[in-house]
Amino acid sequence: MRIGIDVGGTNTDAVLMDGTEVVGWTKTPTTPDVGRGIVTALEDLLAQASVSKRAINGVMIGTTHFTNAVVERSRLLQVAAVRLGLPATEALPPMVDWPADLADVLGRHIYLVQGGHEFDGREIAPLDEAELHRVAADVRAKGLRSIAVSSVFSPVNASMEERAAEIFREELPAAYVSLSSQIGRLGLLERENATIMNASLQDLARRVVDSFRDALDHLGLDVPFYISQNDGTLMSADYAERYPVLTFASGPTNSMRGAAFLSGLQEAMVVDIGGTTSDVGMLIHGFPREASVAVEIGGVRTNFRMPDVLSFGLGGGSLVRGVDGGVRIGPDSVGYRLTEEGRVFGGDRLTTTDIVVAAGLVDLGDRARVADLDPAMVASAVDEIQRMVDVAVDRMKTSAAAIPVVLVGGGAILISREIQGASEIVKPTRAPVANAIGAAIAQVGGEVDRVFALEGMSRDQALTAAKEEATAKAVAAGANPATVQVVDVEDVPLSYLPGNAVRVRVKAVGDLLMA
Amino acid sequence: MRLIGPENIEDIALGAAVLGTGGGGDPYIGKLMAIQSIREFGPVRLVEPDEIPDDSMVAHSAMMGAPTVMVEKLPNGREIVNAFRALEAYLGRTLDYTTSAEAGGLNSTMPFTVAARLGIPMVDADGMGRAFPELQMVTPTMYGIAATPMAIADDKGNSAIINAVSNRWTETMARTVTIDMGSTALIALYPMTGRQLKEAMVPGTLSKAEAIGRAIREAKVRHRDPIETVAEVTGGAVVFHGKVADVQRRTEGGFARGEATFAGTGDDEGSRLTLQFQNENLVAARDGEIVVSVPDLITVLDAETGHPITTEGLRYGFRVVVLGIPCYEKWRTPAGLALVGPRYFGYDVDYVPVEQRFARGGRP
Repeated sequence: MRIGIDVGGTNTDAVLMDGTEVVGWTKTPTTPDVGRGIVTALEDLLAQASVSKRAINGVMIGTTHFTNAVVERSRLLQVAAVRLGLPATEALPPMVDWPADLADVLGRHIYLVQGGHEFDGREIAPLDEAELHRVAADVRAKGLRSIAVSSVFSPVNASMEERAAEIFREELPAAYVSLSSQIGRLGLLERENATIMNASLQDLARRVVDSFRDALDHLGLDVPFYISQNDGTLMSADYAERYPVLTFASGPTNSMRGAAFLSGLQEAMVVDIGGTTSDVGMLIHGFPREASVAVEIGGVRTNFRMPDVLSFGLGGGSLVRGVDGGVRIGPDSVGYRLTEEGRVFGGDRLTTTDIVVAAGLVDLGDRARVADLDPAMVASAVDEIQRMVDVAVDRMKTSAAAIPVVLVGGGAILISREIQGASEIVKPTRAPVANAIGAAIAQVGGEVDRVFALEGMSRDQALTAAKEEATAKAVAAGANPATVQVVDVEDVPLSYLPGNAVRVRVKAVGDLLMA
Repeated sequence: MRLIGPENIEDIALGAAVLGTGGGGDPYIGKLMAIQSIREFGPVRLVEPDEIPDDSMVAHSAMMGAPTVMVEKLPNGREIVNAFRALEAYLGRTLDYTTSAEAGGLNSTMPFTVAARLGIPMVDADGMGRAFPELQMVTPTMYGIAATPMAIADDKGNSAIINAVSNRWTETMARTVTIDMGSTALIALYPMTGRQLKEAMVPGTLSKAEAIGRAIREAKVRHRDPIETVAEVTGGAVVFHGKVADVQRRTEGGFARGEATFAGTGDDEGSRLTLQFQNENLVAARDGEIVVSVPDLITVLDAETGHPITTEGLRYGFRVVVLGIPCYEKWRTPAGLALVGPRYFGYDVDYVPVEQRFARGGRP
C-alpha cells in the first residue's frame, strides 16, 4: 500500500491506496512547520483505515512550498551564479531579465568563465580551471553558501559543469552546488534561471524535506518516500532536497493525474472547480497536455513544461450580482469562508452555491434562506454558470468530437446539466483529494533533450537512440523495466541549416519498483 | 530622426514577429540583446531613408544560422560589431548606418546592438517588409545590388569575408562557414549607398513593426480585441479561425519545411485550412484551394492574446486566427514574383493579392 500526500497552502490532504483502490483519505489544515500537519493527516488516515504501518511500502508527497517561497521572495539564500561559456554568451549575463526585487534578494553575484560546448559537442573554449579557483576564493570571501553552475550545451555534454562542481566541493566543502544539466532543457537563460532559483532554495529544501522525514520517523514509518515533480513523475527525497525547483509545477499536474486515475479515463477534459476559480485542462494518454509558452515563476522565465490549464473566475464561493437584465458571476469570491458567509449557511452574501440550492439542483444548508430570490434571476444565473463551463471546455478542446468531461473539486456541485461537447460527465466520489491521489499514483520517468547531427545516422536511428536512453534513465530512477513506456516524442529539425540536425525530446515513464 | 529606447524595442520585437510570418525564431534573445546594448551604450538614433545622404554607406546587420542553437549559445555582443568592422576594413571606408535585412523575430532587433555599440544611426527600413527563408530574397536583389562583399564573425573572434558571383552562392558559402562557427554567426552584408537604399529597400518597416507591437500591447490594457487591432494596423484580413489539428515537419536542404492543418471553429466550423511553411509560412489553402500565398504575409496569431506563433511553436490544440496581410507593393511586380512568388517555392498557381479575396479586416 502507498500513501499520497498533498501539502498545499491551505490544506494537507492524504490518501491511502491499496493498489488502485483508495482505502482512506483525510484533509487537515497545513501547519507553518509543515511536519505537524503531515503527522496529523497520517495518524488520522492510519486510524481510519485500521492498517498496520508495516503494510505501507512508500509515501509520495506533492508540495507547492518551494514555488510559494520564490513568489513571496522569502526564505531564499544569496547565490553565486557561475556560467561556463566565454567567449560566447557575454551579451546576456546570468539573471539579465529578472525582476529587480528578486535579483536583489539573491544578490547579483555573477561570474562568467571560459568554457562550454558547441551544439555538436566541440568545446567553445577549454574550461578555465584557474578562474574557477579564483571564483571559489571570491565566493568564500563573500560568505556565499550556494552556487549555481550553468554551461553552454550542458544537456548535450555535462562534463564541464561536473568538473566545476568538483572544484567547488574541494574548495568550499560546505557550499551547496546546483548544476543546470540536472535541471532543465536546451535554452541557456531559462535553464540557468531555474538553476539559480534552485540554489536559492537549498536551505529551505533541507528544512522542508527534513520535516517530511521527521514526520515519518515520528510515526515509525520506515519506508522510502518520494516527492512529485513538474511532469507528474517522482524523485527520491534525497534528490528533491538538492533539486527543489523540480517541484514547481507539480500541483496542477497531480490534480489532473488524480482525475485521470479516478475516472479511469486516459483522454478527457478535466474541469476542476474550486472555491474561487476553475481550472480546465486536457488529458492525453493520461497526462496533462503541456503548455508551449515559456512559463514564468515569480516573474522569472523558465522552460519548465507546465500543464496547459485555462483558469477562470468561477467557484462555489463566487459572488452573484444582478446587472441590468442579467447576472454577473465572480471573479470575486468568499472562498473558504463560504460556509460562514454564503446565504444558505446563515451569511448574507449571494454565491453560486446559493443559486444552485435556490434552483433546487442541490440540497445544502438552509434552502429557506434563499426562497426570496427571483426565480428568473436564479434561472439566468444557472444559465451563466453553465455557459462559463461550456465555453472553457470548448476552448480547450482539440477537435470538434465529443469527449468525456471529468468534474472534480468542491465546486463541482454547480454543474448539473449536460456540458456542450461532452460525451459524458464523470463526477468521481474522491474528487476532493484528487491532488493527493495524483501524488500517490505517480510514476518515475527519464527524459532526453538533445540535438542529433544526422550525419551517417537516420532520423529513425536518432529517435531510437533517444528512446533507449530515456528508458534507461527511467529505470535508473527506479522504474520497473517491464512497465516503462515512451510517452512523449518530439523531433524538431533545426531550421536555417544544411547538414540535417534535429532536436529530439523523449520522455519515458514506468511504475515505481517497490519492495 | 528619433531615439529608440528599451520600451520601443519591446514593441518592435513583438510587431516584427507578426511580420515574420512564422519564421525568424523566438524574438526573445534579439530583444534582450538590443535592450542590454541600449542600457549600456545609450539610445539608438533611428532615421528615415530620406534623411540619409546619397553618398553615405549602409550595411545590413543580421544573425545567420539556427535560432534553436542561439537560445543556448548566446552571443557575446562583439561578433556583430566585428562583422561590421571587418566589412569596413575590406571596403576601405567607414559604414555610416546600419539597417535590418528582414522583419523577423531575431533580425529586426539585431542591428540595434551594432548601432548602440558603435554609436551609429539605424535606418528605418528592411529588405523584405516581412521575413523570407533565403538570403537573396530581398528587394535590393531586384535592383542588382549584391549581398557581397559580406563579413561573417563568430564568438571567438574569427571573421571571414565572402565574395560571390550570385546571392545564391553567398547563401551556400555563408551557411557552410556558419556551421563551422557553431551553427550561429553574425553577419554584415549588402553594403550599399544611401541612394541605393532609398531606391531599393522597403521604407518604414521598423516603425510599422513598432506600431503593430504597440497596438497588441495596448489592446490588452484597453480590453480591445487584439486580432482586430492587428488586422487594422497591418491592413490585413482574417482568413481563418481554428485550432491546430496536425503539424508535420521535415528538414530539407537545411530548411524546416512542413505543413500545419487547422480545424475551423466559430464561423469556419467544418472547414480546414492547411498552411505550408519553409521556415516562414508560404501558402494557405482552405479546403484544398489556395487562398493566400507568398509574397503576401500569412501570420498565425494566438486567438486570445493576438501574439504571433512561430512555425516552430505551432502545437496540436492551439486556438488561433490566421491573418493575411498585403506585402510590400514591389513584391507584386513580375521581378518581385520571380524572386519570391508562389512558383519560386514550387506552387503552380498565380499570385492573387490577399485583398482581392478577402475584404479588409473581415470575411471573404
